[in-house]
Amino acid sequence: MSEPLLKVQNLRIELSLRDGIAPVIDDLSFELGAGESISFVGESGCGKSMTALGIMGLLPEKVGRIASGTITFDGEELTTVTQKRLRAIRGNEISMIFQEPMTSLNPVYTVGEQIAEVLRAHQGLSKSAAWNCAIELLDAVRIPNARRRVSDYPFQMSGGQRQRVMIAIALACEPKILIADEPTTALDVTVQAEIFDLLNELKRQTGTAIIMITHDMGAVAEMAERMIVMYAGRNAEQGPVEQIIDHPRHPYTKGLISCVPHIMATLNDERYELTEIAGIVPPLREFGQDRCLFASRCNMVSQKCLDKRPPEAIFGDGQRAACWHAGAI
Amino acid sequence: MATLQSLLTRIVYAVILLVAVLVLNFSMMHLAPGDVADTISQSMGGADQEILDQIRADYGLDQPFLVQLGSYMGKVLRFDLGYSFFYNTPVTQLILQRLPATLLLVFTAQILALFIGVILGVISARKPNGIASHFVTILALFGYSAPVFWTGILLLIGFSLNIQLFPVAGMRDVTIEGGFWVHFVDIARHLVLPVVTLGSIFLALYSRLARATMMEVLGSDYVRTAKAKGLSEREVVYKHALKNSLSPVITLAGLQFSAVISGAVLVEAVFSWPGLGTLAFQSIIARDTPTILGILFFSALVVIIGNLLTDIALRFVDPRVGGKR
Repeated sequence: MSEPLLKVQNLRIELSLRDGIAPVIDDLSFELGAGESISFVGESGCGKSMTALGIMGLLPEKVGRIASGTITFDGEELTTVTQKRLRAIRGNEISMIFQEPMTSLNPVYTVGEQIAEVLRAHQGLSKSAAWNCAIELLDAVRIPNARRRVSDYPFQMSGGQRQRVMIAIALACEPKILIADEPTTALDVTVQAEIFDLLNELKRQTGTAIIMITHDMGAVAEMAERMIVMYAGRNAEQGPVEQIIDHPRHPYTKGLISCVPHIMATLNDERYELTEIAGIVPPLREFGQDRCLFASRCNMVSQKCLDKRPPEAIFGDGQRAACWHAGAI
Repeated sequence: MATLQSLLTRIVYAVILLVAVLVLNFSMMHLAPGDVADTISQSMGGADQEILDQIRADYGLDQPFLVQLGSYMGKVLRFDLGYSFFYNTPVTQLILQRLPATLLLVFTAQILALFIGVILGVISARKPNGIASHFVTILALFGYSAPVFWTGILLLIGFSLNIQLFPVAGMRDVTIEGGFWVHFVDIARHLVLPVVTLGSIFLALYSRLARATMMEVLGSDYVRTAKAKGLSEREVVYKHALKNSLSPVITLAGLQFSAVISGAVLVEAVFSWPGLGTLAFQSIIARDTPTILGILFFSALVVIIGNLLTDIALRFVDPRVGGKR
């Protein structure tokens, strides 16, 4: 088997807080093959976005740092690479779209300029070539009247259109990896579906691998082949999407799935009861403790869970679950 | 097209405002006790009622208020601001002689304060705990709390008397002969201390505001997007962040225009700068009503034009202001 496009091993990201250092990402490993799509799932504050920012080298300055572990992209080690090289990769080989289309575009430049500048920076296109390319890209993300809209400012566009512009910016240089950090959270449901369709279609055309961050299990089923369930900075479970939805091996995954009734494959299947996961994600200062951090919310909790961090239990097809009771679920 | 139209609207408002200022100025001067007849009789060593009445009749001061106001407004429309009894010169001519000196002082101070203030703000916002940041804090405290005339006098003692670097007073050295550049350098040397004095208050304001807005903008989502695009640090800060943090500073600068002009009166007095401020000061002492009114009119004009320019500048910086749908 050839080397994967992106390989993250034992990644640990620490945030310096007022009352000490918290590992927001604690011993995370995963792989992403070329053209593959993978989904990060979990509640807010579980470290999904931090993983993305870590890969991009955009952790908040002076607060966040990669403490240990490796991020290997296309044979290159991103944790030790120079800032200059990292800038050449960002927006060019790995790009990212964000959760907030309303505020993620610069209000004082035209959308055309904001697309064109990436092309000028990375592809060395001339001003007019980049501008024409921006028009084509707007067309590709299905903004009607692209030729006219290219000189619009972000405030003249709707939320869905702005997210399309963000996608156009991210895909301008045909990156190998696109990281989408909750790309549809701020949008209407109908617009969400359109954005997913668009991402899927562009992925088919360009062969870009997608890392999709979401807390919507429905989106996962629609977008990804494999998923990683994160809880409190740790990998709770990962593996092929269908296999996990079919048979989750971690109580947290199970809880997340039973929160969403509509992702069953057919209407005749027996449904789990629609339940919530009681409790909340533990505060940052409890991250990194040597125990199962989900224990306080788990209905299968035993003394072992409180005493020691569970190792990953390995099942078929790369499904792994960090739970002492994984085999019993 | 829409931009042009909204700009025209602004100009119409500006004219209405100017007329209102004229009426208000004239009314206030009229309400204040004492008139030019008193001053003239005083300088003659006293006069009886007959002579006072004669002077008042000569200058039309015996007419009813509305008639006086009407004739004043009519004259202003023809750019005739009356005749200064004190200087024996038409007021318009008097003011136009002095205006360039004041404009030179005011605009130089304002532009330098803006320019340096924004640069200091940006530098200190990028390193909130760096030396530049502390410097801005101290500068802001000093510039804001020190009275202009005090700063001016200190600078004079320091850099004109003790270290004889700059001239003490005036705008040019009449003994100097030479071409354009010689005079340019001469005026520039005279300009340094007054500009530093006047600019210090505004530099303090602008650098503080620029620092605050820049810090806010640097933490914004679109700056993160710019970084995620792989743009250089320079492009992120000076292209994406700076343009966004400019509009509050420009707005403030526009509002400060009136303060700059009133500040100029004090600075001109300290440095004997031959501008409108000195003229205003002398005319008030002399109760030279037409001159005072004329100066008020011109400073209102400068403030209104300043605000108009601010408006236009804002349109360049932020497309959301006016104009486009």
